[in-house]
Amino acid sequence: MVSDLFPLTLKGAETSRRGKRLVGPIDLSLDGQGLCVVMGPNGSGKTTLLRLMHGTARLTGGTVKWTCDTDTARHHQAFVFQQPVVLRRTVEENLAYPLQLRGVARKTARAAARDWSEKVGLEPHLQRRAMVLSGGEQQKLAIARALITDPTLVFLDEPTASLDGRAMREIEAILLQAKADGTRLILSTHDMGQARRIADEVVFMLGGKVHETGAAPQFFDAPQTPEARAFLQGDIVE
Amino acid sequence: MGGSAIVDLWEGLRHAFWLIVTFDAELADIALRSLRVTLTALVIACLIALPLAALLAVRRFRWRRATIAVLNALMGLPPVVVGLIVYIFLSRSGPFGALGLLFTPTAMIIAQVIIIVPLIASIAHQSLRELWAEYHDLLISLNVTQMQKVRTLLWDARRALLTAALAGFGRGIGEVGAIMIVGGNIDNATRVLTTAIALETGKGEFALALALGFVLIALALGVNLLIHWVGQTERDSRW
Ligand SMILES: Nc1ncnc2c1ncn2[C@@H]1O[C@H](COP(=O)(O)OP(=O)(O)O)[C@@H](O)[C@H]1O
Ligand SMILES: [Mg+2]
Repeated sequence: MVSDLFPLTLKGAETSRRGKRLVGPIDLSLDGQGLCVVMGPNGSGKTTLLRLMHGTARLTGGTVKWTCDTDTARHHQAFVFQQPVVLRRTVEENLAYPLQLRGVARKTARAAARDWSEKVGLEPHLQRRAMVLSGGEQQKLAIARALITDPTLVFLDEPTASLDGRAMREIEAILLQAKADGTRLILSTHDMGQARRIADEVVFMLGGKVHETGAAPQFFDAPQTPEARAFLQGDIVE
Repeated sequence: MGGSAIVDLWEGLRHAFWLIVTFDAELADIALRSLRVTLTALVIACLIALPLAALLAVRRFRWRRATIAVLNALMGLPPVVVGLIVYIFLSRSGPFGALGLLFTPTAMIIAQVIIIVPLIASIAHQSLRELWAEYHDLLISLNVTQMQKVRTLLWDARRALLTAALAGFGRGIGEVGAIMIVGGNIDNATRVLTTAIALETGKGEFALALALGFVLIALALGVNLLIHWVGQTERDSRW
């Protein structure tokens, strides 16, 4: 790993738009062991929190601190969006793109692209336009493209929200493998089953604030707040 | 009346065919000058318009909205007026009179650049803006430099940009008002297809005018097909 970004500390972090506070203030400290799941209902601020950490949402108050400044930290991070962003290029060129930006030689980048396409099962599609892939394949492409630079940390914003069970299983397997290889992951989801399957640590969001945090077993077995309990039982929480 | 027009058309076709198969020196000269002037103007206009369009798509600077509004307004500028303004600037008493450019192909290129830059920039800006909306989150996350951003957008939008360039070529090669004013339609110097057509029509030489017209259409179509074909082969070889 190039550098260790953790611990991450947020102090009173918030983001507002036109004077209206969307998210925050958030106080949170993560040491980034394994896979951290940000849970919460729609609109609770998961996406915004991930973007704040990544440094791509405007911080209008408070601080977000890595062990280095946010721009340097972002260099060692990658972000996978809920709706995968695919370049209007081939699968191979999509995979090679982040390496190309970093000045990696063409041949090396292509070899890495081939390598990663095998790991995520996209090898047969290497020379196809990425736009024609299915939703699940595009998301796998986006994940492989995120991992190809060997980042310290990858954010994933509800990466399986619009996918079927099989694609979800495959993607979870890819993520668990990445974790085993030492990549830290922060993933948001509103899918309780997914959280239970893969979380090591949970951040539960509600109404733009961090409502409860804890190690996964404790959080799932003995949630501290009534809202978290209700959410875990599948009740509608707002 | 109708009959004679048809005869003229037929005559024009035959004449055009004859001029082309005998590779008429004067016609070739005029056609090549047309191509040279417009292609030069096109290259210069693209060098200005495409980076400008990309910057307008990705950067939030103070005069951005105003620049876009001005570009759109300039698109509707009558070429004759562009010709007049360039004429005033280049005429002996004008600010650039000392350069002696009036009634030269360079003057015609300048006028054409002014006419087609807004067109190319507007069309290009439209597609680059759409592409930027698609790519924005990813490229910001990847920490790209301004330069990498522009290069990625220009490259991935290249087919749309080619279309923009084609529109510019079409407008340039068929333009007559501005280049007539600043070029002067001088034989062997600044006469191009469109100004020659205007001249021959004025003289009542309809057959010759039509012959020139057919050559003009053939040129415009030919360049379109060529570029289309280039785009096609590229797509086939890549995908
Ligand atoms: N661009 C935006 N403009 C206005 N409001 C926004 C914008 N993005 C998010 N919000 C608001 O911020 C809150 C948090 O949104 P988000 O972070 O997307 O939640 P989640 O990802 O948990 O669904 C919501 O109330 C949402 O409506
Ligand atoms: Mg979201």
